[in-house]
Order: sequence, then C-alpha cells, then structure tokens
Amino acid sequence: MKIGLVLEGLHRSENELVHELFMVSERHKVDHEIYHLARDLAGWSRQHVREIAAIGKQYGKDLDPGPPGESSLMEKIREKGSEMMGRQGEAGLLLLRDLREVYVKASGVSADWEMLAQAAQGIKHRDLLDVAQRCHAQTLRQIKWANGKLKESSTQILVS
Amino acid sequence: MGTFELATDSVAGANPEREMDMARIDRIAEPWGTRTPYGSGSEWPVRVDSHLAQGMVPEEVDKWVQTASVLHSNGDAMDIAVKDNRIVGVRGRSGDRVNHGRLGPKDLYGWQANASPDRLTRPLIRESGKLVETDWDTAMGRVVARSKGLLAEQGPSAIGFYTTGQLFAEEYYTLGVLAHGGLGTNHVDGNTRLCTATAAEALKESFGCDGQPGSYTDVDHADVIALYGHNMAETQTVLWTRVLDRLAGPNPPKIICVDPRLTPVARAAGVHLAPRPGTNVALMNGILHEIIANGWVDMGYIEAHTVGYEQLQNEVKKYPPALVAEICGVPAEKIREAASVIGHAERLLSTVLQGFYQSNQATAAAVQVNNVNIIRGMLGKPGCGVLQMNGQPTAQNTRECGADGDLAGFRNWSNDAHVKDLAKVWNVDPMAIPHYSPPTHLMQMMRYVEEGSIRMLWVNGTNPAVSLPELARIRSILQQERLFLVVQDIFLSETAQLADVVLPAATWGEKTGTFTNADRTVHLSEKAVEPPGDARPDLEIFMDYARRMELKDKDGGPLIKWQDAESAFEAWKECSRGRPCDYSGISYDKLRGGSGVQWPCNEENPDGAERLYADGNFWAQPEYCESYGRDLITGAPVEAHEYKALNPEGKAVIKAAEYVPPHELPSQKFPFQLITGRTLFHFHTRTKTARAPELQAAAPDVWVEISAADAGAYGIAEGDLAEVGTPRGSVRARVRVSGIREGVLFLPFHYGYWDTDGGHEPDGAGRAANELTITDWDAASKQPIFKTAAARLARIGAGNGPSPAPTNTASAPVAEFPAEARTSGIPSARVDEATGTTRTGEAL
Repeated sequence: MKIGLVLEGLHRSENELVHELFMVSERHKVDHEIYHLARDLAGWSRQHVREIAAIGKQYGKDLDPGPPGESSLMEKIREKGSEMMGRQGEAGLLLLRDLREVYVKASGVSADWEMLAQAAQGIKHRDLLDVAQRCHAQTLRQIKWANGKLKESSTQILVS
Repeated sequence: MGTFELATDSVAGANPEREMDMARIDRIAEPWGTRTPYGSGSEWPVRVDSHLAQGMVPEEVDKWVQTASVLHSNGDAMDIAVKDNRIVGVRGRSGDRVNHGRLGPKDLYGWQANASPDRLTRPLIRESGKLVETDWDTAMGRVVARSKGLLAEQGPSAIGFYTTGQLFAEEYYTLGVLAHGGLGTNHVDGNTRLCTATAAEALKESFGCDGQPGSYTDVDHADVIALYGHNMAETQTVLWTRVLDRLAGPNPPKIICVDPRLTPVARAAGVHLAPRPGTNVALMNGILHEIIANGWVDMGYIEAHTVGYEQLQNEVKKYPPALVAEICGVPAEKIREAASVIGHAERLLSTVLQGFYQSNQATAAAVQVNNVNIIRGMLGKPGCGVLQMNGQPTAQNTRECGADGDLAGFRNWSNDAHVKDLAKVWNVDPMAIPHYSPPTHLMQMMRYVEEGSIRMLWVNGTNPAVSLPELARIRSILQQERLFLVVQDIFLSETAQLADVVLPAATWGEKTGTFTNADRTVHLSEKAVEPPGDARPDLEIFMDYARRMELKDKDGGPLIKWQDAESAFEAWKECSRGRPCDYSGISYDKLRGGSGVQWPCNEENPDGAERLYADGNFWAQPEYCESYGRDLITGAPVEAHEYKALNPEGKAVIKAAEYVPPHELPSQKFPFQLITGRTLFHFHTRTKTARAPELQAAAPDVWVEISAADAGAYGIAEGDLAEVGTPRGSVRARVRVSGIREGVLFLPFHYGYWDTDGGHEPDGAGRAANELTITDWDAASKQPIFKTAAARLARIGAGNGPSPAPTNTASAPVAEFPAEARTSGIPSARVDEATGTTRTGEAL
C-alpha cells in the first residue's frame, strides 16, 4: 500500500500552497482582496495540513501538523515593498504570475486529493475518504478563486 | 428648545368641509409623527404631511409639481410647492401606494438645500492649481480632449465612471449606453456599491436575478417582521411609521431585531439580538439550525421549488445555539426564542440593510435571510416576503440600467445570448460591449487609479473623499497629478475640490425623470423650477458628451438616439422589454397623477406586480437568469455549466456558508470594534441635509457612541471629547453614552470637511468616520466593510454639556439627561399633518 507516500507528498504540496498564498498576500498587500482572500484561503490549507498529519498516523507517517505561519520580518519587508510598488504598473504583471502560480500549485494539490479519494474508496477507508472529500472541495474553490482573479485582472493589466 | 410634550398643537376638525383632523407637529422631536393605528389585513390610513416655507400658505402656492423623495430609498410620493420659480415647500401624495401621504423629516425640510447660495452655477476648470469659472464649451472641451487622447493612447481601459444612487433612470441608462456601448469601458460603477451591492448580489444568489421579492404592503399583513441590521426607523422613516401604526393597532406583529445598537427598532422589538460585529453568518446559521432542527420548514415547498437544501442542513448542523452564543456574544436562549418566533410565523416579512450589507461576510449573511423565507415557503404571498433594502432613492435604477457595471435590463454578462440581445437593442457589435469578465467594481477602480491604469475618472453625484473607506488613501489617490478627475455635482464637495473639471448639475425638482424605490415602485419626478445659473440636468450633460465624442452605432448613426427625458425613458422601456424589470407597460402619462407603479409592468401585468415569485416561480432559468452566482466566501464566479448542472429548472437556490471571522479583530492595542452608520436627520455626506436648518440643528456635529459599562471603565462621561483611533487614522468626537453593545464604538459617517476650515481634508483632528475604516470588501458583492474595524479610544478632555448626538434615535442617551438638551426642532420645524381621509380623498 502506497497511501502513506501520497499523504507525504500531499502534506508537502499543501504546505507549499500555504507558503505560496501567504507570499502572494504579502506581495500584494495593496491589492486588498488578494491580500485578505489569499490569507483566508491559506487558512484552509493549514487546516488540511493538520488533517493530513492526523490521518497520516494510520498509514505509518509522522507528519508535522504545524504548517508554516506568517509575519516574519522578511514578510513585513515584502508588505512594505508592496506598498511602495503599489503605484507602479509593473506590479500588475507580478500579480498575474503569482495568481498563475497559486492556480498551478492548487491544481497539483487537487490531483493528490483525487488520487487519495480513489484509493480510499478502493480499500473502503471511510475516514480517509471523508477527509479527502472535505478538503478537496475546498481545494477546488481555491483553484476557482485563482482562475477567477486571473480572468478578472488580465485585461486591465495586459492592455494598459 | 421645546419638549416632547409641547410639540403638538391639535386643531382637530379645523377643516370641517373635508372632515380632516389637522395637527401641527415638531417632526424633529417626533420624526414618525402622529399614530394612525390599523389592524392586520386592513388598509393603512392616510395622513398627509406638509411643510411650507415660513409665512407661506397653500393658497399662495402657484403650482404643485409631482415627484418623490430623494433623500432615502423609501420612494415617498410628494408634490413640490412652487411660488415665483422657487420651491417653497412639499406635501405628501395621499393617493400613493408607498406613503399614503406621509413624509419623513429629510423630505419635509431637505428641499431647502436646492436654493442654497453656494450651489454650483458655472463649470470650473483647474488653472495654475486653482479652480476657476468657465463656460460649458471650455469645460466639456477639456473632458472630450482628454477622453479622445486616452482612447487613442491606451483605449477604453483608461477611463472610468463612478456614478451614484441619486440620478434618474433615464440618466443611468444613457450613461450605461455611452460607457459600455460607446466608449467600451468595463469601468462603470455607482456608489450603490456602498449601499445596495449586497442586496443585489444576495437576490442574484438566491433567485438567479435581482428584483425585490416583497412589497411594502407586506407590512399590512405580516404577523412577524424580522429586521436584520436594518434600523428602519431612521433609514426609511415612513415605512417604520407603517410598522408603528400596525404596532398601535389590533393584532400587532411581533418584531425581531438584530442590531448591536439599541435602535428605535430594538426598543420596539419582542426579541432583540445584539451580536458582536462581524458575526452575522454565525448568528443566521444558529437561527437556521433551530428552524430546521424543530421542523419549522415547508418540505413541500422546498422539494418543489428549491435546490441546495441538503447542503444547508449539513452546514447549519455545525451551529448549535450554544456555540453560536459563544461566537456572537448573544445568549443561546435569545437565539432559540428568536428562531421560535420566526419558526411559528404564519406571515413572515424579513428585511435587511447595512448592519448586514456593510459588515463581514455581507452576501453570505444576507443570503441566509433569504434562506429563512425560502425554507419556510414564505414568498410571494401577502405578508410573506423579503425586502433586501436599498440605501439610496434611485439605487434600484443604477442596478437595472447598467450604471453599476451590470448589463442593462438585468442581462447576464456571462451569457453570450444576452450580450447579443443587448447589442441588438443598441445597434452595436456585441464585441463593442465589454463582457469578458465581471464589471470592474468601484474599489477595484480606485486601485486601478492608484496604480495608474485608469487615468480619467468621472465622478457624478457622489463624494468618495468622505464616503469611501480609509480616507487618507482615497485622498492621495484622487490627488495624483496623473489622474484627470471630472466631478459633476451640485455643490463644491470635498471631492469636487480635488477635480480638474467641475460640471454644475441640476438636481431633483429642476429636471424631469423617473426613479424606482426599494419595493420596485416607479415614480415620475417632474421639473418644478429652473436650475440655478448655468447648471444642467445630468441627462443633458451625458448626451452632450456623447455628441461631442461622436459616439456612433454600427451603422454610423448616433449611439444616443434620444433628446430628452421622456424619449430616454421610451428607449429604456424597449431595453427592459421581456426582462424581469419590465417597464414596457409604463409611460410618463401613466405615472402622472395617481400612484407610482411597481415593475414588472407589461401586457401580463398592466398595472404592475405587487409581489414577485408567487407560486414558487423564479427568474432563475439558466437561459434567463441575470447571474450564475458566486462562491459566497471566495467570490469566484460560478461558470455557466456549473449553474446549469446545479439548477437546470430555474428553482430558488439555497446557498449555505460557513462563518469566517472578520479580517481585523480587536487586540490589546485596539480593544474596541468600530462600526459606522447613519442618523435619521442626515443623508450621505450632508451635502443637502446640512443645508436644511432644521436637520442641521438636530444633528450638528459628529459624535461617538460608547456603552455605559465601557464609559465607566474608561472614566469617560457624556459630552467628553474623545479620540477614536485605528491603524489608519484618528477622529475626535464628543461622547454619547448610549445603549450600544459593550466593546463596540459607533461613529456616524456623514461628517466631512466642506463646512470646516480644512475644506476637503482634516484641519488638525479628523472628523470623518472613514478616516478609520479598513480597505476590505465582501468578496461576492464587492461592498466595502464599514462595520468591522479594531479601534482604541482615549479621553481628551471634559465637554461643556452633552454631546451633539440626537436623543430620540439610536443614539439616545441611557442615563439621566437634561430635558432642555433633548432633540427638538427649531421654530420652523412645525409640520402640518392631516388625517381622516382615504387614499381616494373621501372622508372616513
């Protein structure tokens, strides 16, 4: 059984997504919806990390339930940088790149949850299936958020 | 100053011929006037309120000109009294379905602002840093030259329009056509973003389409009225008068109030829940939890007419009253009690306003109110309705006509067939109408201005330099050299002072047009007097701009094919034909005399439609609906294929939402929660109401409300000067110790700087509440959050008497209070009230 390995990989991917969302939030502090929503959505992935760590024990994995936090000195510096960059049009391109990255990372996480849900059904592990279904629903919403934001922002940033 | 007791001189039977009872009332001291009690299911009696200039008598009035009120969203019908081309007073229209003759204090006194000596009468342009007078050709020449230059250099993405909720339908429609179909910009919004965006979004989420389900007449029938974050007593005074008259009559309804302040509504309520600001979704989920757990639902209705009930069940399971009590700081008993009253209602009317719309999770919370009525099967029947209210008089038209960025006629921007249909109406290429993404909402437009990609912003009839959150940021955005700012207004507001070009507009009473209130009632507002100086109706300004810009349809004809208000209305009628907001059966002639008419008004409903969604029929079919909705938490638009799968038959959509805490929570440094709001006596940034002496005297300056417990803990007394601070700024205000929830501070948002030495900005201490508010908005409706910021409070010094806050509203003092300092009117505040007739004028 290779479920433990998938959980380990997913644990890493969700952690990376948390990190990415926080970074996007800090870099785009002056784009207030991005700033706030990225943090809210990072919260979902942090919860996923906790759930993965909890269920990982059943599959022989000792995973860290404490996902990366926020508010280090470097992050404050990034926020300040965002405020100073906020009047320059080039910040827009960076925003599109960052949203694309969230989209890609969240899509990877989604694929991992799909795999887990398939395996859980195959071996009839209800606990795992329940976690996978709950968390995956939120991952899909993270993807749609990034996609929606890309769609909404691209025109203005690219044509002006 | 007088007192409550002295305010009434009863002169019953003064007019024996018509058997009317006449009274003269100080309507500052008694904002809701005299009671005319009535019972469930009977007709609300008539009471005609009128107020004329000092010394004027009805016999000397030259003419009475039909209109309705523009200082709130209620749509109270009235006539303007004219003498020698001057407005000399107003009188309520007894035959109108909305107000049965009554008027609120802002209507009774606010008309005086029209004749203010400081009205803008000539266009202004900026020369060597100063605004100087000029003529229309020069001013419009500058606007047109900059527009054409930007179109050539960058395209339509460089130009944005920020309009209002106070123009007429004809004006919004013209603006929408010229901006969307002519220039091709996606950057069009109204200040309705600040007041009704969530109402519109919540209706789209639940019913697939904007459009008020209920009617004001539901007040006549309801046995339970639940008001969610809706201080109706101050925001729609005449509708509240209707409720008070029900409460004074036989079989009065039970009132449920959700509000952190002890508002007049809360005082009248059987159950008052005062939740911690920002926790409305948790509270609603708790109430829904009880309703569902006790089986107070209409399963037949749910099965026949809705989708999504199971998700709601699963979500609200997680919110038992004990947990909700913890989150909201409301006793679990009270949540159960409120749910029981709502759950046992036979005719439930639910109303919602800014306490939900301007708070954390605005749309999600407002949608849960829809859910209550949906799962109880209480829609489209007398007394059974939802009123997702508006804040402004013509906000509904901003939404319908496309001036809030949506496509005209509630067309769906993500449905190509709708865009094609609109292009046919306008005779333009569908590609000419931007529909590649959701329309740019106001807060995003301000961001584009900040980063320099919107380079011309045309603001009309609104004052963002006072009304938007985080004013230091807004001022710095609007003051940028690289921004070309056009302001079209009737006074030199804080925003106008920052403009490059100022266009003087005519206002209510000086131009003709129609507008629609919060229960879909369309009124005609006729021109009564000439505008001052060179001021022009907004419609003429927009048509002039389109002409000078040479905006064409696809055959080379003029894009704007109308010449005046009535022909613009006819064009809008055609655009609305077959859509939910169908005006095709209305004409100016139909609106003249008599009563306002509720849309849809068409062949099927020749006299309009009182309630929407009778028999569970909605406008939510995938091909017809205005919107596929959004994720209530992330705001991501739902795609067409997802919507079709979810709701193929166009039923009501029950959408559940989890509670998410506010983004800014109290801390050691900022221990309070700050909410902002309004008072009965003022409207918006006081541009009109501060110029009406009776209203200005009733609420002359800013105040801050604090609970008695917090006042004690901080050693602060009534009338002390205090400073409220947040991470974004500070405001100094005199303290009112009121019935507000502990840990919460309240500031009215009306007070800016135009009547101070600062002009457009603070001169020393801040006065505008929005110095303090956070830049954050609801992800679904994009409405800014004005009611959830962390704040601190410091006492600065003792005052010389009580604070200037009104005493007969939500800011009423809770402690002993000197009688002579209670709110009452100046001598000119006396208003005539006539009762004893029916709507058709017959004696009772």
